[in-house]
Amino acid sequence: MKKGESILKPFGRVRGGVRLPHNKTTAEAESVVLTPPEKVIISMSQHIGAPCEPTVKVGDKVYVGTTIGDTDAFVSAPIHSSVSGEVSEITTIRMPAGNEVKAVVITSDGEMTPDPEIKPPKVETVEDLLLAARASGLVGLGGAGFPAHVKLKPSADKPLDTLIINGAECEPFITADYRECMEHPEDILGGVYLVKKLLGIERVIICVEDNKPKAIKTLYEIASDKQDADDKVKLMKLKSRYPQGAEKVLIYSATKRKLPLGKLPSDIGCIVMNITSISFLYRYIQTGMPLVSKRITVDGNAVKEPKNLIVPIGTPISYVLNQVKAENPEKVLMGGPMMGIAIYDTSLPVLKQNNAILAFTGKQAESKPMTDCIRCGRCMRTCPMGLTPAGVEFAVKNPKLDELNALNVMYCMECGSCAFVCPAGRPLTAVMRLAKNEVRKAGK
Amino acid sequence: MQKMNITSSPHITNTDNTSGVMLDVIFALLPATICGIFFFGFHALLIVAVTVASAVVAEYIWCRAIKKEPTLRDLSAIVTGLLLGLNLPPTLPLWMAALGSAVAIIVVKQMFGGLGHNFANPAITARITLMVSFPTAMTTFVDPFVASDAISTATPLSGSQQIPTDITGLFFGNYPGCIGETSALLLLAGGIYLVLRKVITPELPLAFFLSAAALSWALGDDPLRTLLSGGLMLGAIFMATDYVTSPPTRWGKVIFGVGAGLITVVIRHFGNLPEGVSFAILLMNILTPHITRLTTCKPFGTEVKRDEK
Repeated sequence: MKKGESILKPFGRVRGGVRLPHNKTTAEAESVVLTPPEKVIISMSQHIGAPCEPTVKVGDKVYVGTTIGDTDAFVSAPIHSSVSGEVSEITTIRMPAGNEVKAVVITSDGEMTPDPEIKPPKVETVEDLLLAARASGLVGLGGAGFPAHVKLKPSADKPLDTLIINGAECEPFITADYRECMEHPEDILGGVYLVKKLLGIERVIICVEDNKPKAIKTLYEIASDKQDADDKVKLMKLKSRYPQGAEKVLIYSATKRKLPLGKLPSDIGCIVMNITSISFLYRYIQTGMPLVSKRITVDGNAVKEPKNLIVPIGTPISYVLNQVKAENPEKVLMGGPMMGIAIYDTSLPVLKQNNAILAFTGKQAESKPMTDCIRCGRCMRTCPMGLTPAGVEFAVKNPKLDELNALNVMYCMECGSCAFVCPAGRPLTAVMRLAKNEVRKAGK
Repeated sequence: MQKMNITSSPHITNTDNTSGVMLDVIFALLPATICGIFFFGFHALLIVAVTVASAVVAEYIWCRAIKKEPTLRDLSAIVTGLLLGLNLPPTLPLWMAALGSAVAIIVVKQMFGGLGHNFANPAITARITLMVSFPTAMTTFVDPFVASDAISTATPLSGSQQIPTDITGLFFGNYPGCIGETSALLLLAGGIYLVLRKVITPELPLAFFLSAAALSWALGDDPLRTLLSGGLMLGAIFMATDYVTSPPTRWGKVIFGVGAGLITVVIRHFGNLPEGVSFAILLMNILTPHITRLTTCKPFGTEVKRDEK
């Protein structure tokens, strides 16, 4: 980026979407390192793809960064210990989605000693980069948890020309990515230049929503000083409109390319990485310390002291909530209020891809009362994918496959916009999920 | 362990609700209602009161009769009653007004499943029912500020000969007509309020106005008079935009508006009915599911898919 160069405006605008209350109360709260808990519960499935198998046994001594779970499957990422101490139990935990996964319980010795074997990897070629990305345990930190080394793997028939860095952070409350921009802008740019060079990508677009002007300014100033001779790294100021950070929406804003159903961004020459992911990747290459902790925004009206906390992965959510003096939360979310999951058990651990824990009480923990659909059509006009949620709700009561296919339910990305705007309080996003399940069941 | 509230995402919603939407419509109609009562006197007030009250009572009785939780809180019965009242001539016997409300609520709305399930606009259909059943009473209009038992006058639309009324009179509503449909100014103000509150979008009324004006100009009538007289303003802004019976898509709304505008003018110009707005809207109500199907947009990203095939 050259000095004086203006910041890019979006090239396209996806229809629909909603304007949400931002509630970014923790935006200026500098990250605080959480005192590690006595015990961490590290899930063996913290990513999209095959779960890992524990590589340690009860009684093993582990350090911060020791690999404790791995697998041979390609779409997966290894898992590391987040504290130093002793493996006290290998158990199963039930995730909020209902599935059971293996988990390694580690009792901390309170020392947080890093693994002595940790050293910065040598990264000179694409292969080095992919190996490093896998060894670091990096998954998409924006929330989806897609293993980074799979995403970065170039393919001969699909030339990549654009790297999009997702710093939209369009969910209310969450400021974890924003803090990354403010606290480690050099790492973000460092990662961008490295990935660009090794993958031979033509242009990079770092996308940030316009409700974070300070982040844009910080990145802009750093980028101007960095070497970028051919001026191919650009910043883009996105409109703050939910779901701006959704992959399809973001790619369209940044490149005016439409991602068809069932295709990956690489099919249209793009690669999308979360801003914290790229920053972490760069730090890993500098230090060799794998993904063992995560910045998490802890907020919500049940939280007395909203904060951005750097939390060891596997910390029980109840421990985090105690640290911020959350009192009698009636609803606890993993993730943002639009796409996060409500959990029933606060003893569940923090996962790699978590970026927020929100605790609500009183009115904010309740849902809008449900009345009959008045066919106002707001869900249709709001849907960024151009679907008809109200029609799906009617069709899913007596599901017929061709009807659901005609309604294109598989296009739904479950962003929650339809249910957000529904004046009748219909659970439209839940209905879309049901419909997608019906279609998936029929496909099997 | 503490009991947790589990819901499917999203966990936040906006604060809009059905009764809020209906309340906005009632607010938007109030100026025109007060103006109508001011012009046409106490009997007009009685008619509006009777239609609203009997709509509410009819809804309550029906819900009780079929053992359903009464849906009075969504205020939709009040909106239907109010719209019907504004669509009636100020001299109509009160029992006819009450009957109209009963037809609107029970036959047109509740028998199809209540709010959100009816295919035709209840107030419009009730008005047409009354029009067909009591043609004389329904087309007896009086000059403003004349006691309701005075000699009746023709509305500027009835008959083949149009009675000259100056445009300013039409604009402010100072002419014989139905209770709430005469003041174009206040109806427009109500419409602008609804658009600003995002209760309705302007496509449908604008398409209605433009197509009606264009066709009447082509037929040699005065487009401004077409727009300002009769029930066109009330119909286009408040009746045609009814959520349940108009297409939810943008282009669907445009098609609905254009169709209703054209049919209105055709009926007014060639037919021997005094008013075409009700029939135009009812006809378009019936076409609504088809218009919706035609204008539902393609999902994001399908264009590329088609190229590949």
